Amino acid sequence: MKTKMTLLGKTYQFQSLKEIMAKANEEKSGDQLAGIAAQDHTERMAAKAALAEATLADIRNEPLLPPEQDEVSRVIEEQLNEKIYGEIRNWSIAELREYLLRPSTGQPEIIRLSRGLTSEMIAAVAKLMTNLDLIQAAAKIEVLTHCNYTIGQKGVLSGRAQPNHPTDDILGIKAALYEALSYGIGDAVIGVNPVIDTTDSVREVLKMTKEVMHTWEIPTQNCVLAHVTTQMRAIRQGAPADLIFQSLAGTQAGNKAFGIHEKLLDEADDLIRRDGTAAGPNLWYFETGQGSELSAEAHHGIDQVTLEARCYGLARKYKPFLVNTVVGFIGPEYLYDNKQVMRAGLEDHFMGKMHLLPMGVDVCYTNHMKADQNDMDNLAVLLAAAGVNYLIGVAMADDCMLNYQSTSFHDIATVRELFGLRPAPDFEMWLERFGLMQNGRLTAHAGDPTLFM
Amino acid sequence: MNESTTLDWLVDQVMKVLEQQQAQATAPEESSTISESITAQDFRSTQIDIMDTYSRVEELPPSLTDPIQHSNVPEPKWAEGMEELLASTPARIGVWRTGTRPLTSTMLALRNAHAAAIDAVFSEVSPALLQEMNLFTVETHYENMETFLRRPDKGRLITDSGVALMKDKCILKPQVQVVIADGLSANAIESNLKDVYPALMNALKVYGLSCGTPFFVKGGRVGCMDHIGEILQPEVLVLLIGERPGLVSSESMSAYMCYRPHVGTVESDRTVISNIHRGGTPPIEAGAHMGTVLHKMLEQQASGVKLVM
Repeated sequence: MKTKMTLLGKTYQFQSLKEIMAKANEEKSGDQLAGIAAQDHTERMAAKAALAEATLADIRNEPLLPPEQDEVSRVIEEQLNEKIYGEIRNWSIAELREYLLRPSTGQPEIIRLSRGLTSEMIAAVAKLMTNLDLIQAAAKIEVLTHCNYTIGQKGVLSGRAQPNHPTDDILGIKAALYEALSYGIGDAVIGVNPVIDTTDSVREVLKMTKEVMHTWEIPTQNCVLAHVTTQMRAIRQGAPADLIFQSLAGTQAGNKAFGIHEKLLDEADDLIRRDGTAAGPNLWYFETGQGSELSAEAHHGIDQVTLEARCYGLARKYKPFLVNTVVGFIGPEYLYDNKQVMRAGLEDHFMGKMHLLPMGVDVCYTNHMKADQNDMDNLAVLLAAAGVNYLIGVAMADDCMLNYQSTSFHDIATVRELFGLRPAPDFEMWLERFGLMQNGRLTAHAGDPTLFM
Repeated sequence: MNESTTLDWLVDQVMKVLEQQQAQATAPEESSTISESITAQDFRSTQIDIMDTYSRVEELPPSLTDPIQHSNVPEPKWAEGMEELLASTPARIGVWRTGTRPLTSTMLALRNAHAAAIDAVFSEVSPALLQEMNLFTVETHYENMETFLRRPDKGRLITDSGVALMKDKCILKPQVQVVIADGLSANAIESNLKDVYPALMNALKVYGLSCGTPFFVKGGRVGCMDHIGEILQPEVLVLLIGERPGLVSSESMSAYMCYRPHVGTVESDRTVISNIHRGGTPPIEAGAHMGTVLHKMLEQQASGVKLVM
């Protein structure tokens, strides 16, 4: 691998692949906070140039975090198809980028290619892609998943109903859920973030959401996003869960900070298969987001784009129904402003899709970030162009429990109309039966939550 | 009678005294503030025209104006049901739409709340308040707002001149050290300090705890407790700091407390009371509660997860 690059009359000597990978990133405050970012624009371009010439074998042969030391690295290695990797090992990252963007490279080619790529290789190519590259390549990849119903079809944009409440009040959660359903949102999942992480509370919310689904015959799936161990206890006590949820980090140490490890995920996987209420085969909901490893001081000097890709490498093992990157939640020390959040959203979506994951994005920001609702409008539109599987639906985008802003029921409905996208087919049929949608458009009844009372 | 009952009783006594004092101090002001006698509950449930609410905004405490909550759905299937839904959650529901987009009033209400939150992050605690509370100021290495947001590590270290000032002005090795910091919301300090601080001081008095010299940290993060702990070596330290503002309130303050804070203290060694604002944990109650927590810390010589409450 070439580590010395001359650019605009200046020579840059990089010490390692880790350094090149970090410095080749678009500007991110998190990489700067970690002290691993490029010093200036020219150094960034020199690192990109070095990375463009590196081969897939160069990346495989210089592990950023050896599998012997980290179980996420081991899981990624174990999933690699050696035959396919063998065919492409001498490709440079530049060639990989051009292959992905070629018109003759479509869905079947990328599905096969993906099995020969590690998460680090996927991160590497993302670093060489422009925003439009990321959109175009991701749009080629259709990822269908099935829990109770199928989502992810081309032409479909699903929404998660996220009816959170600051005290987990059952009626309060229902109220926001009814509002979501009345805008045609909830086909991805009815997913509640609980305030109180206890077995009883989780069980109550799972029961309530399931009851609403039964009462109105809603073709969707339910999930309560508590810690995986709390959900496991609730499920063992008979709580009706279609999906099981967990946040993931890209290193073993990062996952330890989340209170999880591979064996625990295996155990939860086994449990949801035996005692979950859904048909499957896709029974997991994972969330990720750039910066969580640095925040837990578990980053090993690796940049946040690469670490994010490694989350997807771990997620892929469990064939999830939904994955989403909560892209702007973590704060300005990791993603400073609207530009960085938009870039990260497109990178994460592309990298997830390259792992053949059913990617959604929580297009969001906190109030100490330099971003606002207009930026979220923009990113939602860009992601729709990139073929995102689903977006998060929060009443007027304002999550009154998690204290951040995401995308609203209105936003998802608008993006669907703009791009001619539909809810998941079973859900759309239900909306039509219910009189809320006709020919893919909301009817005059839409927006009345008391329809469900 | 066990110990915790005694403590509860003490807290109750402190609260009683404080409530009396507070009632005396704020009674005239309060009656003029809510001149139209619109209570929080009325305001949420009454269908007030949006422009009308704007004209009333100045007369109402800001925490009651967000979010503006009434149904815009023209002909809901069940009107009473709508009231029930609205009363059950602060989520912005029943907002209706124009096509697939929100109505102008709903959209503006959201943007208003965000504007208040941003202004809270980028505002400063007024010198007048600091003077009134008799607090001197030390700074961290935060440099400017941008660096402060990008580099939390810099907000954890007091500048050399700040350290010199602390050494010069403060009682060394106090039993309780009180520190106030802007954190991510100067609004939180502006809105709550005048209530929290006397309540805390009274509570310390009730427990017979002695207090060092309080001061203000500009550009402070939670971690600045550790650096201050190294310099002043208090037995316990309480930091009153502005929280990351949400849309419901930009005035929320937290109190972080730690037994013998030092460089290398981990998050789980800190005890926190969060969500201190008029719509959350009432500031006076929080001040009294802090006294109880600090007393227990000294008694058990521990804080955070090691503290048995």
